[in-house]
Amino acid sequence: MGCGTSAATEAQGRLSEKDDSVKAPSPALTMKAAILIQRWYRRYVARLEIRRRYTWSIFQSIEYAGEQDQLQLSSFFSFMLDNFTQISGNGPDLISHLLDPALTEEEKQATFEGVEVSDSYSGPHISFPLTVSDTNALLSAFKAQQILHARYVLQLLYETKRFLKQMPNIIYLSTSYTKEITVCGDLHGRLDDLLLIFYKNGLPSTDNPYVFNGDFVDRGKKSIEIIIILFAFLLLYPDHMHLNRGNHEDHIMNLRYGFTKEVMQKYRTHGRQILQLLQDIFSLLPVATVIDDKVLIVHGGISDMTDLEFLGSIERQKIKSVLRLPKSFEDVEAERGLEKICGQAGSLRSAGGPSGGTRKRRCRRRKPSSGSSSSSSSSSSSSSSISSPRGASQVWSSPLPSPRVPSPTDLLQLPFLDSIVAVASLAPPREEAGWKQIVDLLWSDPKKQDGCTANTFRGGGCYFGPDVTRRLLQRHGLQLLIRSHECKQEGYEFCHDGQVITIFSASNYYEEGSNRGAYVKLGPDMVPRFFQYQVSRCTRKLTLHQRVSVAESSALKSLKEKLFAHRSELMAAFQEYDVNKTGCISITDWAQATESVLKLDLPWRTLRPRLARLAPDGAVEYQSCFEDVSAGQPVPQISPNLAETLYRYRTDLEIVFNIIDKDHSGLISIDEFRQTWKLFSSHLNVDVDDSAIDDLARSIDYNKDGSIDFNEFLEAFRVVHKLDTKEKQQG
Amino acid sequence: MAEERDSAEALVSEIHKKITDAFEVFDHEFNKTVDIREIGTIIRSLGCFPSEGELHDIIAEVEEEEPTGYIHFEKFLPVMTKVLMELNEFSCNILILKHFVLHHILGEPFTREEMEEMFSAALDPDKNVIFYKDFVSMMTIEET
Repeated sequence: MGCGTSAATEAQGRLSEKDDSVKAPSPALTMKAAILIQRWYRRYVARLEIRRRYTWSIFQSIEYAGEQDQLQLSSFFSFMLDNFTQISGNGPDLISHLLDPALTEEEKQATFEGVEVSDSYSGPHISFPLTVSDTNALLSAFKAQQILHARYVLQLLYETKRFLKQMPNIIYLSTSYTKEITVCGDLHGRLDDLLLIFYKNGLPSTDNPYVFNGDFVDRGKKSIEIIIILFAFLLLYPDHMHLNRGNHEDHIMNLRYGFTKEVMQKYRTHGRQILQLLQDIFSLLPVATVIDDKVLIVHGGISDMTDLEFLGSIERQKIKSVLRLPKSFEDVEAERGLEKICGQAGSLRSAGGPSGGTRKRRCRRRKPSSGSSSSSSSSSSSSSSISSPRGASQVWSSPLPSPRVPSPTDLLQLPFLDSIVAVASLAPPREEAGWKQIVDLLWSDPKKQDGCTANTFRGGGCYFGPDVTRRLLQRHGLQLLIRSHECKQEGYEFCHDGQVITIFSASNYYEEGSNRGAYVKLGPDMVPRFFQYQVSRCTRKLTLHQRVSVAESSALKSLKEKLFAHRSELMAAFQEYDVNKTGCISITDWAQATESVLKLDLPWRTLRPRLARLAPDGAVEYQSCFEDVSAGQPVPQISPNLAETLYRYRTDLEIVFNIIDKDHSGLISIDEFRQTWKLFSSHLNVDVDDSAIDDLARSIDYNKDGSIDFNEFLEAFRVVHKLDTKEKQQG
Repeated sequence: MAEERDSAEALVSEIHKKITDAFEVFDHEFNKTVDIREIGTIIRSLGCFPSEGELHDIIAEVEEEEPTGYIHFEKFLPVMTKVLMELNEFSCNILILKHFVLHHILGEPFTREEMEEMFSAALDPDKNVIFYKDFVSMMTIEET
């Protein structure tokens, strides 16, 4: 045994020594070696575990930040729609069809009967009323990557709508007729997961009832297929197939998360009609299921206001999107909500204590932005900000620019508080309360501490504590709450002393290998039994190290894109610490600066080795965290500030462009482009002068025909990873 | 003397930061607690090699008088600082290694799962043997 200078060389030296000189090692030595290997191996696994955990945090933070963005954007649209139908005097229709893609008279009149199925169609044929052979045909066609004809889709949707109209808000089931009921969580367009569940657990039937707990669509590429299969089984076994609404069964969410795009791509001619029908159907989906009066199943969760009797009596079809209050009573809700939330803000702050340094991340997230005074000013400033956008400099200093509410308190980022106007409302408070109840069911997450607070991390719904769960279950004589809505590594998780189960059925949700999916079965004894699975494209099982590395690198990529999109803000923050202009700051300062800008609540110090380089003296060379990424294409002639805005709000812009592009040609007129920018810059509160936009529009109208290919335009603002490009070139 | 004290203080503060970072990765509620089952991962990720038995001793030291299933940061920090300071004093983890090699220590069984996972990480898929040099470097490499 020499005196090695590091553990690594010592261990290596010792093991090779053994290999060379000892042919048959003594049992004692073997034992020692084994113990040694065991200890090193456990440490190795522990280090991987740390990486796996922070990878998870990155995915989750970025996901929720995206949800916040979408809520921001859509509430801004609502506000515009309700208050400023004419933004630039150039016709009112731009904004009005942002949110309500109203069909033309012709489209409204049309029904599935008028849609011809041509002879060249090779996909499945179905006939109504549906039978088992129809659902079988659908399943095998989708397995073979076929697409169902628009005629059948429309007919299926009409039938589904008619069926759902007569369903109550809350479905009451009983296990006494069947042995067990299967409950599945989020599927998110992952057809493979649904097929795997059916393969393992059997198809829905009178002997095998299912409850699907929302979020069937978005993110995955096969959302429409999932919808079709679920609706077909719903019509086939109306008493044994049950669907709860999720927060993604919402046409406004679908704009960002891909379902709208998917439908338009698969159904070019009838896409709008299909989407319109789906919008109605989504609002008609029941919002909760109760089994044996003992188990409550909802997509998100509950709040301290949740009241099942009341929920049972509201008119759910009026709530097309939970991101938007039905128009007439928006205002009252906004004001009422504001008071309530501000009250909560106060209590949160005082709970944080006088020492501002205590870690209370979810509260800290809502940083009061600059230049604001009090909540009472919000209504007036909301409109004034549109007529006179403030300077760009202020935008960079506020975390989530929201022009209509220059956020007196951070908590005003709640989407439902955005449309604050001083108009008295005629809406019955009852409807407003009903809307609030549904928002809570669809958007809430459980938390471990007692109490009920606004879910500012996601931007909607609330966080409910064990006491809220206990009270609700007690009041209604229930035993258990099953909800979905959050991805869990094992596919399911218990919390609140076993009174709440989270079930999530989309495996590999964030990345190949990131999580398992699960479903849960309940028998008359109400003891949940879990089944886990993971869809795998690889034939060989990946090692733990490989699994962690794949997910990690994908998470880090997204994170680096975030860094890049906030480059100037970050640089300003770094330079504040870098008094001597050395280009280096301490790790602690780097971590603080990064968090202060991005607000993702991530363990930055742990992540640092993956994001930025150290100088020889141990300080962070902060420029290095932008090294791996760069602009995808040469950027058109625009100011750096505008370019960064584009990087950051690329997704938002894409959504707006796609709505404006009615015929889905990928082209919009220069005039529409200009209007979009005006709308958008008032949303972002960026001061872009008209001539700059005109120049930009002209410069990207390459063939000078007056129309702009916005996909090409946005492509220039995609962040690319240098390592990838190199690999591609080499490969 | 003053310099020595400064560098000792710097060392302690560096160790404190390391421990805080590792702890925070597992502090899902942001309330300065972690699940007791995560403690082993935290300690090992900080570069220690405790056996399950030794881990048990450390946990006993940091646990609340009435066990809640959670470990509080204030309890964990001083104990862990002491452990890491001792490691540091001998400048290298090697001391621990020698300790194992020189003393007869009873082994603990690997669980079946752990064993399978380890082999899946260690085995060369084509030849179905373990290249121990690769295995050692895989386990000992410091990825920072």
